[in-house]
Amino acid sequence: MDLNYSVEEQAFRAEVQEFLAQKLPKEMSEAIRLGRELGKEGHEKWHAILNEQGWLAPNWPQEFGGCEWNAVQRHIFEEECCRAHAPRIVPFGLAMLAPVLQKFGSKAQQDHYLPRILSGEDWWCQGYSEPGAGSDLASLKTRAVRNGDHYVVNGQKTWTTLGQHANWIFCLVRTDPDAKQQSGISFLLIDMDTPGIEVRPIILLDGTHEVNEVWFTDVKVPVENLVGEENKGWTYAKYLLTHERTNIAGVGFSRAGLDAVKRMASTQMHRGKPLSENAHFAARVARAEIDLMAMSTTNLRIISRAAAGQAPGVESSMLKVKGTEIRQEINDLARRAAGAYAMPFVSEALEGANEPDMGPEGSAAAAPQYFNNRKLSIFGGSNEVQKNIIAKVKLGGGA
Amino acid sequence: MNFDLTEERQMLQDSLRRFLRDNQEALRASTRLGNAENSLGFDAGIWTKLAELGVIGALFSEEEGGFAGAGFDLTTVFEELGRAGAVEPLLDTAILGGGLIAALGTETQKELVEQVIGGEVHLALAHGEPNSRYDLAQVETMAKVEGDDIILTGRKAVVVNAEAADYLIVSARESGAAGDEDGISLFLVPRDSAGLTLRGYALLAGGRAAEADLEGLRLSADARLGGPGTAYAALKRATNRAEVALAAETLGAMEAATEMTREYLLTRQQFGRPIGSFQALQHRMATLLIELEQARSAVINAAGHLETSAEEQALQISAARNLVGRAGRLVAEESIQLHGGIAMTEEYELAHIAKRIVMADHRFGDTDTQLERFIDQSAA
Repeated sequence: MDLNYSVEEQAFRAEVQEFLAQKLPKEMSEAIRLGRELGKEGHEKWHAILNEQGWLAPNWPQEFGGCEWNAVQRHIFEEECCRAHAPRIVPFGLAMLAPVLQKFGSKAQQDHYLPRILSGEDWWCQGYSEPGAGSDLASLKTRAVRNGDHYVVNGQKTWTTLGQHANWIFCLVRTDPDAKQQSGISFLLIDMDTPGIEVRPIILLDGTHEVNEVWFTDVKVPVENLVGEENKGWTYAKYLLTHERTNIAGVGFSRAGLDAVKRMASTQMHRGKPLSENAHFAARVARAEIDLMAMSTTNLRIISRAAAGQAPGVESSMLKVKGTEIRQEINDLARRAAGAYAMPFVSEALEGANEPDMGPEGSAAAAPQYFNNRKLSIFGGSNEVQKNIIAKVKLGGGA
Repeated sequence: MNFDLTEERQMLQDSLRRFLRDNQEALRASTRLGNAENSLGFDAGIWTKLAELGVIGALFSEEEGGFAGAGFDLTTVFEELGRAGAVEPLLDTAILGGGLIAALGTETQKELVEQVIGGEVHLALAHGEPNSRYDLAQVETMAKVEGDDIILTGRKAVVVNAEAADYLIVSARESGAAGDEDGISLFLVPRDSAGLTLRGYALLAGGRAAEADLEGLRLSADARLGGPGTAYAALKRATNRAEVALAAETLGAMEAATEMTREYLLTRQQFGRPIGSFQALQHRMATLLIELEQARSAVINAAGHLETSAEEQALQISAARNLVGRAGRLVAEESIQLHGGIAMTEEYELAHIAKRIVMADHRFGDTDTQLERFIDQSAA
């Protein structure tokens, strides 16, 4: 047992810190620190900076232009990015589709799509959930019917994150309606410019437009856009989901969130003292911090096992549940620290970093983020689904 | 012992519930996030009809020109507003604004109360400040007597309903230090007064508010409500009533949230059956219903003690708001979780209801602050 990072790992951390200090634009980190929206151009700019450094694809093998970092290095990189308030890397192409193409895609697909993901030429979104297929994803109904050299796709996807910016979507579609649920599903790559595709915005309860409905009406998709074999899509989808669950603990986000809460609380006077010195508030912050310290070590335990080549088991489900609970509690603390200034909804103050907050720094985004991050326990396999997985493994039988 | 509503209150509840249900669409339209076309933040037509229905009058005693005004009248009205997710500013115009004028005003000033009851006048209480947090005595805005005039200087924070208000009731200090209960006065300030600048914005849970900058705002001495430096007791009394009303509104919103969630569990199909057939979810629904009844009793406790000693009121109100705050957060978060993504959308009614529940905690003292007040009161 040794809780210290190795000399090499420490050197790597220093290298990451140096890069962030030099290359992360100040206005970008400032916007992220204040909980502001970055917009498409901001994301693309950071994507390009990372690509130039060669650090855009930490999890890709080197043969495809990735860093091929091990789990500990990836963790250090993510941790430092969060600490420096770097933007989140949009994961759909880089972290989700790419591993599937690398493992199951044809050579032609790999050669065509992977470089375009790195260059930023393609922005991918994910076509998984449907109105009737949420936690029960395998009940999806979007149909793809083979007709000569193409498929004809009809149906509707929903909760498509940042689909408004995407020019490609990877979709789970039903190719065999007679097969048992999981066995009739295929994995298709669809150009968003194809006639018959309509993207409709879904405005979330905090006023943001980050998810969409995507409608397909007689959309023609060339058969060469099928990944792997027909009706084997569920296998690829499950493989993808294991990648969706990396960095699921969100330790870096929680650390940054907790720091922001403490900063805001130190500026707010409550009953004659800074709120940070108020016993009740301080106790709640401390509890969240204690939970985070332990969870962060659980996270490292799993990461170091992964770095040694062992596949994670139910622990990743445990991390998803605990990690999201902690993040949501920190969001609640931030909202409380903001006091009455949590109430205003000033959309201009939620974009970019130009407009100062009406109240204490960070107050404008506090309540919107509290509501927005209710999604954390819903998406990526809801926390109920995660508990089913844990229970099924530990208790056996149906969950 | 009798926990039934009186016949009058039952009628009030029935007619208000029916009215709000029949006007669901107009209510909903005015609550849309950042509703740019609507500079009031609520629907003016609905306001007029609420006055005609006697809903505003029910919040005032006969002596004040109304016909009810007791704690249970307040809770009857606000529970219904909460169920409907209404953002109409009854709390600001009637309970706070009207209540303060009725308590402190001269005969001439009190004519405004009649107009409030008639639905013709809107009010806003400009009391909180950037540094006051939830402390009622923390007033830094200054009032200086200059000959026959009074000059106000300072900034008021998150003044709900400011832009719609014909008059703002502005608190300012005439003596003592920030934090002293003595020395605070209230002034009746027409919204279009020179020296008063409003910076308005939408609220996340619907309605509007503004930052109010007071720069050399000149008033004549008859703008003062009550005597100089003695407004604290009336402010305390008005916010007590507002806290009871707000707790009842949150209770109503919690009822709506649990009903929608129950309905959803019975109809949403996943894995070939209604998700309400999963025991894990059944137990969570049961927990919400248990907490809802706790909240209902806490509101009854507070409303039933509005006419008792200051100490007893303080104890009961902080207890109710702490409990409603805790149970409300649970109901709001769990209702969203049990629905899944659909409840995260602005369009879905529950999203608005959940925001009403949670954001109520940011007025007059949040759940933790209420706990501290309860501890102080218990120890006293």
